[in-house]
This record gives sequence, C-alpha cells and structure tokens, in this order.
Amino acid sequence: MAVKFPIFLDAQSTTPCDPRVVEAMLPYFTEKFGHPASRNHPFGWEAEGACDAARAHIARLVGARDPKEIVFTSGGTESINLALKGAAEMYREKGTHIVTTVIEQRAGIDTCKRLERQGFQVTYVPVQANGLVDVDEIRKAVTDKTILISVMFANNEIGTIQDVSAIGKLAKDKGIIFHTDATQAAGKIPIDVEAMGIDLLSCTAHLMYGPKGVGALYVRRKGPRVRLAALLDGGGHERGMRSGTLPVPLCVGFGQAAAICQEVMTSEGQRLSKLRDRLQDAILSNVEEAFLNGDIDRRLPHNLNVSFAYVEGESVLMGLNKETALSSGSACTSATLEPSYVIAALGASAELAHSSIRFSLHRFTTEEEVDWVGRRTVEVIKRLREMSPLYELAKEGVDLKSIQWKAE
Amino acid sequence: MAYSEKVVDHYNNPRNVGSFGKEVANVGTGLVGAPECGDVMKLQIKVNPSTGVIEDAKFKTFGCGSAIASSSLATEWLKGKTLDDAAKIRNTEIVNELKLPPVKIHCSVLAEDAIKAALADYKAKHAAAPAVTETGR
Repeated sequence: MAVKFPIFLDAQSTTPCDPRVVEAMLPYFTEKFGHPASRNHPFGWEAEGACDAARAHIARLVGARDPKEIVFTSGGTESINLALKGAAEMYREKGTHIVTTVIEQRAGIDTCKRLERQGFQVTYVPVQANGLVDVDEIRKAVTDKTILISVMFANNEIGTIQDVSAIGKLAKDKGIIFHTDATQAAGKIPIDVEAMGIDLLSCTAHLMYGPKGVGALYVRRKGPRVRLAALLDGGGHERGMRSGTLPVPLCVGFGQAAAICQEVMTSEGQRLSKLRDRLQDAILSNVEEAFLNGDIDRRLPHNLNVSFAYVEGESVLMGLNKETALSSGSACTSATLEPSYVIAALGASAELAHSSIRFSLHRFTTEEEVDWVGRRTVEVIKRLREMSPLYELAKEGVDLKSIQWKAE
Repeated sequence: MAYSEKVVDHYNNPRNVGSFGKEVANVGTGLVGAPECGDVMKLQIKVNPSTGVIEDAKFKTFGCGSAIASSSLATEWLKGKTLDDAAKIRNTEIVNELKLPPVKIHCSVLAEDAIKAALADYKAKHAAAPAVTETGR
C-alpha cells in the first residue's frame, strides 16, 4: 500500500475522529437538538437520554459503578482544574497540603502553582530516571495536612505508566483523595477506578478518537463520596459540579468514542505496540547515541520518545515536517521557550531535553507509514550530525562537559 | 509556525558546512552558545594574511532551523569581506534577510556573536604570533 503524506505520528497531541463517532454525533446537531436539562418535553428527554447513554459508555470504560459519577467538562484541562481546585476548596478546612509530581501536564502543574499562591502547600515528587514515581516518595511526602494526591496515569511525552493501584491504595489507607490525570491513558489501556482506588479521574475525548471540546471528570460517589466546589456558577448542571448547557453532540461523540475504544482496546494496543517496537528498532539499531526516554516496559503502547545526542529537536522536526507530523521536547517547539521539563526530570542533560522527539501512533497508523518514518528519521539525524559542532567535538574525543560554554 | 522560504532553503541546502583546522595560522574560529540552551554555533574564517580579506568561511551548528540558516547565511556574507567589514555585520540584517520571527531573533544574535568570536580569535592568533603574517610591520 502506498504511503499517503503527510503522516500523522503526533497522536498524543490529538487524534482524528473515528468516522463512526462523527456519524453518531450528526443527528444531535439538527433534528435532535434539545437541551438535556429541559425536563418537560420530548426534545429534552431525547437529549438527556443521549447524554446519559454516553455517560454510561465512559463510566464503563474507566470501571465506574455509576454513570452519575461522570461529569462532562470542556476537556482535560478543565477536568484537572475542577478536580484540583474543586477538592482544594471543598476540603480546605481539613488541610491545605497537596502531593503531586514534577511530570504532570501543564494543567496539573499550573493549577497547583495557583493553589500555592492561594495558601496551599504543594509537594512536587520527583521521578526516577525511567520516569516512574517511587510510591515511597509519595508516602514520605504525605503529611497529616494532605488532602489530595494527584498523579498522572500515563505521561503525555514519554508514555510512562505509573503504579496507580499502589498510589490509590496508599491514598485510601491515609484517607486522602486521589486524582489521576488519565487524558493519555483512557481508552488506550485498562482502567478500573474501583480496583485502583481512584477517587477523581480526568479524561478527554479528542485523545481517544472523539471530538475536541469535551472531556469528563469521574467523581467518586461512594467510599468515599467526593465533593467538589464548582468552578462555574450557573444552573447547577452535572450534580452541581459543572454548570452550563451540555454540548450534546460532543457528549454523544465522546460516548461513542469510549465504546469503540473499549471494544478494540486489546487488539489495538497489541497492534500499536508491535508497530511502535518496529519503529523503535528501525531507529535505535541505525543511530548511535539515541536514547529511549521513559520506562521501556511500563509505557503506553503507542508511544515512543527518543533523544538524539548532538542534534536539536526542532531541526529534526524541520527535516521531517513536510511528510511527517511529530513533536519534540525542544525549547524551540514549546510556547514557553523552555526545553521539556519532563525529559529534564529524568535527570538527562538539558541538551538531551532539547533533542527529544516523540512519535505517537494511532488507530489508523500503518506499517508502511512507520517504516517510512523510521528510515527518514535516520537520514535526517545523520545529515544534522554532519552539521553539528557537538558531534564533531565528540568524534574528536572531546568531552563536551569539559568545555566552558559561553551561554547567551 | 511556518518557516520563511529562505530559512527552509538554507536548512535544506546549507552553504559552507564544514571545518578548517583550528590550528592553521590564517584561520579564526568562533564557538558560541551552549548545548543546554539548545544552540551551539562554530563559525570559521580563512583569511588572506596579505590582503586581510576573508577568502573562505565554514560553519557547523547545533540548533533549530533558524540557527542553522543564520550561520549558513553568515558564512555566505563573510566570504570576500575584509575583517573590518565583517565586523560590521549586524544581527538585524540577518533577521531581515531570513525574515526571522521575534522568537528566533536570538539565532541571529548568536550568529553575530559567532562572527565576532571568529574575528577575535584570528586577531588574537596574530597578536600572539606576528611572525606568521606576511605583511610585516
């Protein structure tokens, strides 16, 4: 099969909607346009029924007992904000300490920073060189003032999957609420909020072949019943936790996306991890000093993150971007102009943080695409190394750390 | 962010990639930037000692496409210039030529720094070892 360009291997930034998702959504823009909170006529009943069916699909995907535990939001960022700020405000009387990690996505980190400015104390637990949080570090960070532990399920850059069950158990033992950011994990790997002791879980539709603009927060109702202060004032929708008219077509799409993900999860995960391994081999066996970021086993099946010594990430993307969409931890590709704090947190040198490239596969990725990207990546790295003064110095046997660099 | 055509051209067809021997008397080498900042440029000039004209220039750059383009362009501009004229190259001229956006201005600054460092290295070599120049005094 011929490869169709451009190739999209940036599926941890977003995914295309599955055509079955779009099909399910369409009637809810036109003939089924009711407001789900309209309790007194069939238009409202129809819309409410559709949203509740979607809720049930999402609940099932994450192992929630009751669809009412699913609160619709505008996406992952809002879910995380609601979980952290909502719990912090609600349980402030009980304590003002929060434990999280240094590799949370920006919505998690920045929300915690804001809470710190509002008088909360936050401990940012480090990760090990493989990207995994040592659960003992969390245990040590917990105090009698801790009201919330927030640890991401799987990382957006390196795909590393945390030991969520162990953290959930720790939180349960200490009577602390446990939130996990599962935006990257939901729909890709098995999640069971009951078995894993998760009290709050954030996810988003657009990373699981659903539409952009809708997310969900799982909020436990029993054992313990978790309460949250709402971010928005209004009609008191979503059990008072999230006012605002539900975007019914988006909710329906999310539900359909969740149902498909659950159905194909095992086979899709196996297929993608095989393709990912193929890509990994093609690159690592042909490029020296290419370093895999994150744990090799405990990672999402569709994620591959590699740092290439002596070349800068944006220049790698530039060599590939006519035909391939990828992303990098390079400062030049970030809005903040800082290199990836996730790669830096692994203890790698800042140079390697600038040099990280993330390949993320998706439902529609083919073997031909992966082979093409693998070959082309190797060519680009070799070409850029021929242009790299660092590579030249290293080849001459100079220890780059011994040079007194004159930074700008 | 889309790249300007000239940045893409220099990235795809970099001019004057390579190295001269650092120890050669009529070569000046500038190495600027830092790996942890994501940008390192090595820029070298080869000077005709009797005329003081830069006869050749080469670069190697670790950095983004705009950094590669800035240093590639700098080598083009250096060739044929006297040392004094080379010292007059300003980063703003590189910005204008390559149409660099504000976030990439530091790439042009680094290229100007690399030019200055190469010139300073050449001059330092000659101040230290005047015997190798043929111009006498």
